[in-house]
Amino acid sequence: MSTTGNPSALEAPRKPSRGNALRRSAANYVVSGLAVLATVLVLAPLAAILFYLIYKGASSLNVSFFTRVPAPVGEEGGGMANAIIGSGIILAIASLIGIPIGIGAGVYLAEFGQGKLLGNAVRFTADVLNGVPSIVMGIAVYSLVVKQQMHYSALAGGVALAIMMVPTVTRTTEEMLTTVPHAVREAALGLGVPKWRTAVSVSLRTASPGIITGCMLAFARVAGETAPLLFTAFGNQFWSFKLNEPIAALPLQIFVYAISPYDEWHRLAWAGALVLIALIMISVTLVRIFANRGVLKGGS
Amino acid sequence: MGVGIQVEELNAWYGTTHTLQDINLHIPANHATALIGPSGCGKSTFVRCLNRMHETNPIARATGVVKMGDIDVYRDASPVEIRRRVGMVFQRPNPFPTMSIYDNVISGLKLNGFRNRRILDETVERSLKQAALWEEVKDDLKKKSGASLSGGQQQRMCIARALAVDPEVLLMDEPASALDPVSTSKIEDLIFQLKSQYTIVIVTHNMQQAARVAENTGFFLNGRLVEFDSTHKIFTNPHDKRTEDYITGRFG
Repeated sequence: MSTTGNPSALEAPRKPSRGNALRRSAANYVVSGLAVLATVLVLAPLAAILFYLIYKGASSLNVSFFTRVPAPVGEEGGGMANAIIGSGIILAIASLIGIPIGIGAGVYLAEFGQGKLLGNAVRFTADVLNGVPSIVMGIAVYSLVVKQQMHYSALAGGVALAIMMVPTVTRTTEEMLTTVPHAVREAALGLGVPKWRTAVSVSLRTASPGIITGCMLAFARVAGETAPLLFTAFGNQFWSFKLNEPIAALPLQIFVYAISPYDEWHRLAWAGALVLIALIMISVTLVRIFANRGVLKGGS
Repeated sequence: MGVGIQVEELNAWYGTTHTLQDINLHIPANHATALIGPSGCGKSTFVRCLNRMHETNPIARATGVVKMGDIDVYRDASPVEIRRRVGMVFQRPNPFPTMSIYDNVISGLKLNGFRNRRILDETVERSLKQAALWEEVKDDLKKKSGASLSGGQQQRMCIARALAVDPEVLLMDEPASALDPVSTSKIEDLIFQLKSQYTIVIVTHNMQQAARVAENTGFFLNGRLVEFDSTHKIFTNPHDKRTEDYITGRFG
């Protein structure tokens, strides 16, 4: 053995020089440090906002905030119960319309529309729609829905938010479906499963964790939107459960209270902002827990 | 029971590349037939033409006649119908990652709308026993994901999945090339047992494997079928000089 090999080639990899080892571990620390720093920079504003909201808003939270409608000017107390329920109704309408359309368009893009003219047109439209300012969306829905109905309504608010959800849901669905390995689709097609069934029951199901994340992202984004609701849902100082009547929403209520001249209303606006963020976090967490329930041991 | 396959003047293209040229071949029923040849010679394309899987690639095209029993694969039936009668096992195990072992095995029936619980249960047990995997997984059928099994187990599960739809023909595209020797020998034993009931076509790079499991062997080179004969004849006394060069390791 010792006579055949090149001796220096045999010895060289055995022991890295001291300088090399130092340089490698130094580089390791620097890169890890930068990664930690970046994480802190991302989390810091989020934490700051949350703590400031708690500091400003928590003191105004009480039972009547969650059970009462806004009090008239000059009266103490009152709450945002109607706005919390109103936001829930508007977001439910938006999700019911926006998520199915978005997922459907995403499935079309990833499974059927690759390289086709219509596919490219849909993808381009979704990207442009994503960049449309939310106030423009409000005006568009005002002329499309509110003008036809002749009054503001919860439905119009839901439609405005739904249109804002569609591009995000469409593009994440497409992205997630393209990460499903081709071999998985082939397995289904090879069993004699029709293409549409493969797309729905195999590709979509395999990509579902990512698609759910995309839907939650879209939901959280529109949940705090104020501008598209100004000319659509309009807001309401009283209870309303009807879809064709003006309805209160948390962001609208916060907006109205925050620009008012009254200290009491300012405090309620802070509390409303805190509740809005908390509700978004709770609903996203609930969906995640629910979505993870069916996952099997060892699945990927 | 398996059916024989008659192939006449089969040609296939990927885009402008002519990957299969004038293939004529009879694959006998209830036997194992091995296809050997260097990489890129058209073996995989050939088996994918048998169940029309090549059509899932938009740039692929094929002409000619493939008859399975008395059915003309390209004229009498849709690709979906053909693929239900022809099971396929791929080079790498491809379990459905979100499904349990049970759902993986039964997926061919379930995804085609079959719902009878008792028959599904029976089919899962029968197929897993046929694939020699039942004893290893019977306690975790619905608890574990199909992707949690080892590579060799996954591939046997994929064989069980192909058998669950009760095919007449089983196409295997290098089914053991991603597996270790122990798993490989299990798969080979399986092919040996299954060939009395199914017509098996196996693509392989491993010539010993072809010699061990198949009655007949075809040698492909550059998109053409150079020679097709009994495995014994191919490996001991090949007719064509190119076959002899390949099996003796002079190229490829």
